[in-house]
Formats: sequence, C-alpha cells, structure tokens
Amino acid sequence: MRLTTKKTSDMAEGDLTPMIDMTFQLIAFFMVLINFTQSEQNEKIQLPESTLAKPPDKPMDYPVTLHLTKEGTVIIGGQEVFMEGLKPYLQKEAYVLESQNRPLTEATIIIRAHRDAQTGKVQELIKVCQENRFETFALRAKEDVGN
Amino acid sequence: MRIRHSTKSGETKVEIQMTPMIDIVFQLLVFFIMTFKIVSQEGDFNIKMPLAAPSEGLPDDDALPPMKVRLRADAGGNPAGIMLNDKAFSDWRSLNDYMIGIIGNERGPGSIQETAEVELDCDYNLRYEHVVNAITAVSGFVDDSGSIVKLVEKIKFAPPRPAGS
Repeated sequence: MRLTTKKTSDMAEGDLTPMIDMTFQLIAFFMVLINFTQSEQNEKIQLPESTLAKPPDKPMDYPVTLHLTKEGTVIIGGQEVFMEGLKPYLQKEAYVLESQNRPLTEATIIIRAHRDAQTGKVQELIKVCQENRFETFALRAKEDVGN
Repeated sequence: MRIRHSTKSGETKVEIQMTPMIDIVFQLLVFFIMTFKIVSQEGDFNIKMPLAAPSEGLPDDDALPPMKVRLRADAGGNPAGIMLNDKAFSDWRSLNDYMIGIIGNERGPGSIQETAEVELDCDYNLRYEHVVNAITAVSGFVDDSGSIVKLVEKIKFAPPRPAGS
C-alpha cells in the first residue's frame, strides 16, 4: 500500500518581509524628520524671507518669542493681546529671569512679525520691551531658498 | 501497519501572528505621515537696542558714524524711496552693492566691517518685509560659493515715526 505523505496546502501565504521592511524604513524616515519644535510657530504669521536667514549655531540662553500679527496684535505664550496689554506678560518673564538670578540682558526677545505688518508696530513692540528693560532682540525671518 | 501523522514528526512550525504588528506599524506610519510638515529654516537678525543708551564717552576716532538708511513708504506700505546718508538707491540690489563697496574685504577686529553701524529710519506704515529686505541688503550677501559674507552687523532702529508719517 502506498501512502502519500505530502499534502498540498491550500493556503496561499504571501511573503510579508519586503512590505514590513519598507514600512519600517518609512517609519524611521518620518521619525527622524518629525519636528516637535513647532510650538514657537504660529500659523497666523507669515515671516518675511531673507537669503541671509540661517538657523543660529547655538540655542539662545533665554528666548522670549513674540508674534506680531498683520493687525498689530501680539501673541505671547499662545495668548493674543493688544500692544497695551503686553506689559504684565513681559513683567512675568522678567520676574522668572530675576528669580533665577540672571540679568535681563541674557534674555533675547524673538520678534516673529508678519511680513505685511507695519514697521511702526514692530518699533512700538520693541519700545514696549525696552520699557520693561529687555534690550536684546532678534528679528526672525524665513530662509529664502527660491531663485 | 502503522501510519505516522505528519504533525507528530517533530518539526513543529510556529506561526507568528503578523496581523497585530502590521496594524500597529501602519498606525504609526499614518501618524507620522499626518504630522509631517516641511518647515523651512528660520534665522535671526540680532539687534541690540537698550532704552536711551547713554553715550559712553567720546566715540572712537576710527569708528564710522552710523549710516542712516531712510526708507519712505507709499500709501500701500511699499518702499517709495531708499536712501543711505542722502544718497538715493533704486532697489535693494544697488544698496547691497554700495555697502559691499564701503565695507570692502577687510575683516577682523577693528575693521570697518566690525565697527560700522546702520540706523534704520522707516515710515510707520512701511511693510515689515521691506525692513527685512533693507537689513538683508546692509548686513551681508551670499557669494558665488553659497556662503554668507557679513557686512554690517550692528543694526538699530531710529526712534519710531508717528503713525501717518
């Protein structure tokens, strides 16, 4: 009597290895490129472009980011305030810095102003910061990569 | 006669359940794709402006007086006139070329490049992007090799002009 030991399997198994390889590569790619430092950005602000705008070599000691909208309002820490209402927020920043026994000159006010904002508003913003004893400013611009 | 079953032959095939892993992997992939955003690089122009800075003695003899850049605006906030120390310029390019001529190639401590200072005097309603254009024109240029050559690094604003000026 002859017995057939080989059974033909009726289940077609696809080879998943290449797909998993590719998927993991894609995940690794996106994980490396993901940028969590978008908290200081604001979608209302369209920065002006400059060919000289390059990221700084080292991070600032104590950055305070102020967004100036096209309408002339200021966004600080997610709160949109008028120029006149900015003083308490700046005083709070100054207080935090002084409680760490650090001079206010260490703080840098990063001004992210909308490209269509009025220059006078930017100067008013600088003046308000100066009145609160801040004196180092950084005008932020977007890197101009085109043409 | 004894018939052996193939499953009892010792070679046990362990099948790993791939479905949960692929589920999670695809979820991760979708998350990263959805949160992916191409962000262009940003950079800063540093300005040091203490309030009513007292003049600290006499200025150095070899230091250039601050160059005054006057930017006038039309009603739409576009530049209507670019002037550097009473010399008019038609565009940012010509201002940049003039600055390259003034600063020259000398670099290092005590050089004109280090001591020169520019004061921006702008109309109130000038759009901010033109201020950045002016700062770009006076503070450097990109050479043929693509690297940045710095010109004037000390930049400050003149006292603000009243609205409607």
